[in-house]
Amino acid sequence: MKKATIFNIQRFSLHDGPGIRTTVFFKGCPLDCWWCHNPESKSFKEELVFSASKCIHCGECIETCKTQSLSFYKDTIVRNEDNCNLCRGCDVICPTSAIEAIGKKMSTIDLMKEIEKDRVFYEESGGGVTFSGGEPLSQADILYEVLSQCKLKGIHTAVDTSGYGTWNDFEKIHKVTDLFLYDIKLMDSKAHEKYTGVTNIIILNNLERLVKCHDNIIIRLPIIPSINDDDENIIEICNYLSKLRVRQVHILPYHDTGIDKYTKINEDYRLKGLKSPTEEKMFKIKEKIKAFGYEVKIGG
Amino acid sequence: MTVDRGMNDRVKKLRLQSETAIPMISIERAVLMTEAYEKYEGRVSIPVLRALAFKHLMANKTICINEGELIVGERGPAPQETPTYPELCCHTLEDLQIMNDREKIFFKVSDEVKKIHSERIIPYWQGKSMRDKLINSMTSQWQDCYEAGIFTEFMEQRAPGHTVADDKIFKKGFKDFKKDIKESLASIDFYNDPQAYEKAEELKAMEICADAIAVFARRHGEKALELAKTEKNQVRRLELEKIAEVCFRVPENSPRNFWEALQGYWFIHLGVITELNTWDAFDPGRLDQHLYPFYKNEIAEGTLSKDNAKELLECFWVKFNNQPAPPKVGITLQESGTYTDFANINIGGMKVDGSDGVNDVSYLLLEVVNEMRLLQPSSNIQVSKKNPDQFIKKAAEIIREGWGQPSIFNADAVMEELIRQGKSIEDARCGGTSGCVETGAFGKEAFILTGYFNLVKILEITLNNGIDPRTGKRIGLQTGNVDELKSFNELMGAFKRQLKHFIDIKIYGNNIIEKLYAINMPSPFLSIVIDDCIKKGVDYNAGGARYNTTYIQGVGIGTITDSLSAIKHHVFENKRLTMGKLMDSLNKDFQETENIRQLLLNKTPRYGNDDDAADNIMVEVFNIFYEAVNGRKTMRNGTYRINMLPTTCHVYFGSVIGATTDGRRAGTPLSEGISPVQGSDRLGPTAVIKSAAKMDHLKTGGTLLNQKFAPGVLDGETGLEKLTHLVRSYFRLDGHHIQFNVIDAKTLRKAQKNPEKYRDLIVRVAGYSDYFNNLNKNLQNEIIERTEHKQL
Repeated sequence: MKKATIFNIQRFSLHDGPGIRTTVFFKGCPLDCWWCHNPESKSFKEELVFSASKCIHCGECIETCKTQSLSFYKDTIVRNEDNCNLCRGCDVICPTSAIEAIGKKMSTIDLMKEIEKDRVFYEESGGGVTFSGGEPLSQADILYEVLSQCKLKGIHTAVDTSGYGTWNDFEKIHKVTDLFLYDIKLMDSKAHEKYTGVTNIIILNNLERLVKCHDNIIIRLPIIPSINDDDENIIEICNYLSKLRVRQVHILPYHDTGIDKYTKINEDYRLKGLKSPTEEKMFKIKEKIKAFGYEVKIGG
Repeated sequence: MTVDRGMNDRVKKLRLQSETAIPMISIERAVLMTEAYEKYEGRVSIPVLRALAFKHLMANKTICINEGELIVGERGPAPQETPTYPELCCHTLEDLQIMNDREKIFFKVSDEVKKIHSERIIPYWQGKSMRDKLINSMTSQWQDCYEAGIFTEFMEQRAPGHTVADDKIFKKGFKDFKKDIKESLASIDFYNDPQAYEKAEELKAMEICADAIAVFARRHGEKALELAKTEKNQVRRLELEKIAEVCFRVPENSPRNFWEALQGYWFIHLGVITELNTWDAFDPGRLDQHLYPFYKNEIAEGTLSKDNAKELLECFWVKFNNQPAPPKVGITLQESGTYTDFANINIGGMKVDGSDGVNDVSYLLLEVVNEMRLLQPSSNIQVSKKNPDQFIKKAAEIIREGWGQPSIFNADAVMEELIRQGKSIEDARCGGTSGCVETGAFGKEAFILTGYFNLVKILEITLNNGIDPRTGKRIGLQTGNVDELKSFNELMGAFKRQLKHFIDIKIYGNNIIEKLYAINMPSPFLSIVIDDCIKKGVDYNAGGARYNTTYIQGVGIGTITDSLSAIKHHVFENKRLTMGKLMDSLNKDFQETENIRQLLLNKTPRYGNDDDAADNIMVEVFNIFYEAVNGRKTMRNGTYRINMLPTTCHVYFGSVIGATTDGRRAGTPLSEGISPVQGSDRLGPTAVIKSAAKMDHLKTGGTLLNQKFAPGVLDGETGLEKLTHLVRSYFRLDGHHIQFNVIDAKTLRKAQKNPEKYRDLIVRVAGYSDYFNNLNKNLQNEIIERTEHKQL
């Protein structure tokens, strides 16, 4: 059976489409955005992370490890990654959840069970399920399966995508997707490559083809101060969009709430010290985009 | 700092007076009651004795008209001055000293009061009060359970009450009731009815009371005229003359307008809470619907403006707040540690014909609630699927201000609960909720709560084979040594037997107590306004109401679910712990076994996360409790039912229980209402709602779910919509009630450190709101903890 690698399922999600939603976060992303606030979603692999502050030094994880990959080192637990087979025995045994597995293999049945739990809230609020990530399109086969199931069961679906996938995959899923939340970040392809790890060519191509066959697409534009919040980029994006059949743009202010997660997964944060855009700045950008005739909303 | 919020100067002044007056004990009622008993006891039947005592009170108590007020009448001689009820509970001098000295929920007691109490009250009542009669009538088994904290006893210091007015007092005067009483008297069949004498005495008593309340009202009219004579301010003089006119009219006659309707109700309210110290005071119930006909007419005729109506309502609001709950001591204080006396105004819901009951007065009442922000009266909205979303949103705007009012009830579920219990559909539609969350057929039902029941303590005793580990006493059954349990089902079987055992003890006691009240402490005044006491010629306390329901309230469903889930999961399924090791950890309160405590806390399927592994256990415990209580007969020809609410009892019940297998430390509070254990719900509000809705609410007479939101989550129009959607979803799943705390733990911590800076901080406790400063430290900590784990 096909299984998806999922890193989180967030219920009562209010910012990823209309109504009360459940957001399913797929693990693994082909992009590497500097501002990513879910860094643990980047790798396609399951991972084990360790929070020193939660550890009570009971040593149960070391005892239980079948491959002897864990040991104490200066008050903290270290793991020999070459040795470890990710059996997750330590994650299960750890009494304080200091060791946590990130990523869980889930079948369509598993996912539908979780998604359907909040059906009554979707129905009352006009909500549904949003597939986000990571990049959900990177696991297109199972994504398609789950989307089809949702369609069958009358659950509204949204796909939150970076647009970085094959057109084949888009073609497959768009018929069973009610709403796309499509990220556009930078029009300058070089800058795009610098800050996200990939050029924007595939992303824009896909969008141009998608607008021809799907009429419910919201463009999501993260506003990252000093990286893409300049007038030039905003205007260029608007000019570009005006050629396409999109009407709605959501602008999402940058925030650094993900910064602690970088420590947890032992990665450097490249935007240390960067502040969120001011409300005033967001409002100005909103007005600028509105002038092009779009419906604009700050936040999702 | 007083914020304007739209109150006018008069209301602001009255509100300030209400909030700043010091609660103190008034000895007046105790003296008058003693005089009456000295004069009449043994010379007349008991109902007539009670009626004559009531008349003596109404004819002689001090009349108080506060400066500037429009609605008049106090229970004591002045705002916050609180009478005692020595016929129910004769306090010792030590009790009075404790009331005077205690830091929270104090009542100041003057030397003069102490003197009169010791010279006049104690000699007459000591050994004769209901409290003495009751305790002396209980078996040693009952006493042991009471001391162990298995259950509490509501009638130990206060009288049954737990009832609410319907529309008849807004349509009829006591003149009309007297006619009904006379007709009933005339129809007694002295030849064939063996109860004829009792009925006649009861009806005579009611007649005396009907006259007495009219006297009481007229005395206010006279006082107003007297004040008018010397009043220099002409505007006030006219007001006093108007007050006099109203007081000469109601409640003897039916009210003709908005003002008379409010004043008439208020005299009846005072009558009920002066006759006895009824639990949950008294309550006008569906106030918007009762007042709407008057409001509509007068607005159309131009004799009343919206502002006039609001001012009168706000004056009315202050009157509730002027009457703190009568002083409690001991366990009764611990189970209900608040000045709030639980009058709870119902807004919205449906009309008797089942149509949408929201009207202009509903919105006006919401405005009043928002402007007044007083502890009393409490307020709630009754939300039916027939009510517009706009109505919930208006209420949600107030809720998100964060002080816990109004709470939200599912009017459709309330109706179904009532119908399941055998009420007619019309009586059910005119019902609602009172106190904290209790369902009742207003004006027609005695729905009497008899005590909280400590579900978690029963588990503790089961795990100790019938012994209470706190005292070493054997008070339960010998259901077997837990080391020898072969399966989780065996444990559940043992728990079920223990629970039945303790419910039997509670009901054995209740049956005696109900009789003691029926015989010794009738309430003929209250009986006039609750159908069908007049028709039957039977007192409210003896089963005179059309419907008689007796409740036992389950406490700690979250804690017991998680505790059982931990045993099932770690001992029987994963076999990671043995029962012996677990019991050893509990006995030592997890000292040296923090890893076990952490495991129990973090790796147990827990209630509140929409996880069937835990929620199915919750359902099983609920069903065991339900089966043990529901449907049993009472001494008032009524029926036993359950509900699930704690007031402040989850703190007391926690204090008598050692460490529990959910990782809870010894002596700390239990979960409250049907909310998950504080901080254990990790998947947000939809998961909590789903878990809570797995309980069959319709089989209860009320459940209480607390939810918290961090400020900000409910911002803007979208926030109001989301709250509305959450509420509607819970109610679609037949949830009974939900209430919200919108505050962050940081603010509460600051308030705990600097109470003087947060004097006006009000938080939702459990079924009511209270000043954070009024709560004891344990309860403060409990609320901080339940607020701490916010999502988003």
